[in-house]
Amino acid sequence: MPVAFDEMNGADGAVRPAYSQLSAWLSEIRPDVLDYRRREAELVFRRIGITFAVYGEADAQERLIPFDVIPRILAASEWATLARGLEQRVKALNLYIRDVYGRRECLRAGIVPEDLVFQNPVFRPEMNGQKVPHNIYVHVAGVDIVRVDADTFYVLEDNARTPSGVSYMLENREIMIRLFPELFSRHRVTPVENYPDELLATLQSVAPNTAPGEPTVVLMTPGVYNSAYYEHSFLADKMGIELVEGRDLVVKNEIVYMRTTQGPKRVDVIYRRIDDDFIDPLAFRPDSALGVPGLMSAYQAGNVTLANAVGTGIADDKAVYSYMPDIVKFFLGEEPILKNVPTWRCREEDHLAYVLDHLEQLVVKEVHGSGGYGMLIGPAADKATIAAFRSKLKSSPKNFIAQPTLALSTCPTCVDSGLAPRHVDLRPFVLTGRDRVRIVPGGLTRVAMKAGSLVVNSSQGGGTKDTWVLAG
Amino acid sequence: MLSRTADNLYSLARYVERAEYLARILEATQRLTAVPLDTAGESNEWESAVATAGCAHAFYAVYDEANEENVTDFLAFSTDNPSSIRSCFEVARTNARAVRTALTMEMWDAINGTWLELKRYGNGPTSREEFSRYLRWVQESSLRFDGSAYRTMLRNDAYWFTRLGIYLERADNTARILDVKYHLLLPAQEHVGGPLDYFQWAAILRSVSALTSYHWVYRESLKPWLVADLLILKEEMPRSLASCYENIVRYLDDIGSAYGRQGPSQRLARGIRTRLQNSRMDGIFQNGLHEFIQEFIADNNRIGQTITQQYLT
Repeated sequence: MPVAFDEMNGADGAVRPAYSQLSAWLSEIRPDVLDYRRREAELVFRRIGITFAVYGEADAQERLIPFDVIPRILAASEWATLARGLEQRVKALNLYIRDVYGRRECLRAGIVPEDLVFQNPVFRPEMNGQKVPHNIYVHVAGVDIVRVDADTFYVLEDNARTPSGVSYMLENREIMIRLFPELFSRHRVTPVENYPDELLATLQSVAPNTAPGEPTVVLMTPGVYNSAYYEHSFLADKMGIELVEGRDLVVKNEIVYMRTTQGPKRVDVIYRRIDDDFIDPLAFRPDSALGVPGLMSAYQAGNVTLANAVGTGIADDKAVYSYMPDIVKFFLGEEPILKNVPTWRCREEDHLAYVLDHLEQLVVKEVHGSGGYGMLIGPAADKATIAAFRSKLKSSPKNFIAQPTLALSTCPTCVDSGLAPRHVDLRPFVLTGRDRVRIVPGGLTRVAMKAGSLVVNSSQGGGTKDTWVLAG
Repeated sequence: MLSRTADNLYSLARYVERAEYLARILEATQRLTAVPLDTAGESNEWESAVATAGCAHAFYAVYDEANEENVTDFLAFSTDNPSSIRSCFEVARTNARAVRTALTMEMWDAINGTWLELKRYGNGPTSREEFSRYLRWVQESSLRFDGSAYRTMLRNDAYWFTRLGIYLERADNTARILDVKYHLLLPAQEHVGGPLDYFQWAAILRSVSALTSYHWVYRESLKPWLVADLLILKEEMPRSLASCYENIVRYLDDIGSAYGRQGPSQRLARGIRTRLQNSRMDGIFQNGLHEFIQEFIADNNRIGQTITQQYLT
């Protein structure tokens, strides 16, 4: 495996400019300062109740995501390129989804194979020919980005359904400002706390044309037992909008109302953090107790905006991912600014043959998987695991893609033995409204807390860092 | 505001108030059992604690005998008892989590901090001293919640529904305390005015933090009708039924005028308050204190249901 690029110490051990102040500060402070503030940070998180639930862990109903107090720093120029690339990519995602449920030009042109769309469980036939307000599907996107050297960023994954994690971006910053004021005074860090305002502006801008001047926006959550519930309540609070559950909403004559202490009140925009499958038991899963009967009919009548739109899963599927560079070119006529990780599609015979021959070196992922579940990391797996995976792969090659094991960049991280490099990724959040695209500089940096580990998912022990984008 | 949010706030306040009430009952009972046995005779304070908590039925479904160990466990720590102190705090926190956005940071801190601290006590105390500390802590937690709500909440419907929860629960609790002691004490043929009688009335007053107030108001030794007068009719006594209803009427009026509409809750609450204002102690005792209390508890339940129908569903 190639040596990882360290974002502070570069490839040659010379401190990179963006990190010069941090590095100097780290050498000045007493060794116990970091440890002391680390514990302080944990106390604050626990007190505020920023927790998440891990499915399947009975004893750990509420857990803290480990927070690392060493910030991850990006230079202004690095961010400028990323931001342009993100805007381009999300524009393409929107055009592609509109096309899939509309004219299907990209399918006819052979850019994306038809069966990949139509046989995909997240494809929603209900959306065929359906107009959505202002033609926007992905109002909130989370694009996972990894870095392999000083100049190369790859998109690892697009999240076009209900991406989460933005509350950590905001709370991490809040805590860092509280714990390390002296460090902030040595840097010009671009703020992120305007994210909720930008999100609300985005949501208001996409209200149906029939909505009043000041549309009513709500955030819909599956409820307190959802792993991201804290984030839902946090965002609703910061935006000053109601946090509703399915049972708070009712549909009458294709119009959505919420039940209030003063009677029913009309709702125009629903920022829903609940999957397509569960939003309306009449349209999708009939056993869903979380949804609102009739919501889909109100949506189809154009009386309410759902953000994100129904059926966006067709854009963030890992199999579709490998076609993204072509999708960008097809819809925008531009070269993609952000690269994809080289990807083998096991559905194609020659790709499959290569993957089977090189399992020990590759990362193999389930096309519909998420959260780091159901994947094989070749170099880290023993023979038996690889053999088991090989037979799984052979029996349903279509369900898998494979990628080289990337040497994800590392950042200095506080661990028990002191500071040590740990692998990181980055999830910036891209907001698309009727008027424009908004991106708050930075995002959520996730860090694999175990030495050598490449898995940054919080469900598997990953932590987070504050992400600083320096002003130019 | 969302009906569910209002409902959660209202219930949250009720559960915290109830936890405090249970702690007060247990504290009073502990004190009663400190009376020497030959004075106390055959009385069973732990039995009366269960009855006062209003959960005799649930208790005897699990236990045969009401003794210190069983009652303490059931009222304070049992997870099988949906209204043990522990369950109350658990439910309160679940409600609080569901309405995080409607709480101030201080309120959340109070309720979440209590919940975290609760884990430290586990399944029960190791000694009487620790249990006493635990009971103090429960009451302090409730005070902290109440105080942070009072000091930090915007004076809008969220605040008013929270207060309604507190006063409805408090009215119910005060009434129950009076009723059960009435049964326990009055049938005694010869002890009226005796040492046991005195201790028991003092315990009642102490359980609602009113012993000192009693002396300030009446300046004489404890008399059952004066204790009842203090806890039922005295508006200046913060736990009295009259005071609770003064507050209930006031917060319902606040809601009514903010929403521009009065309803059955407002009418019902005013009716109950008027009845309390027109009552005299000798009249109440003539018709039976027990009957009066039973009627009041039924009325109090009715207004709870009316509020739920009018606002919370």
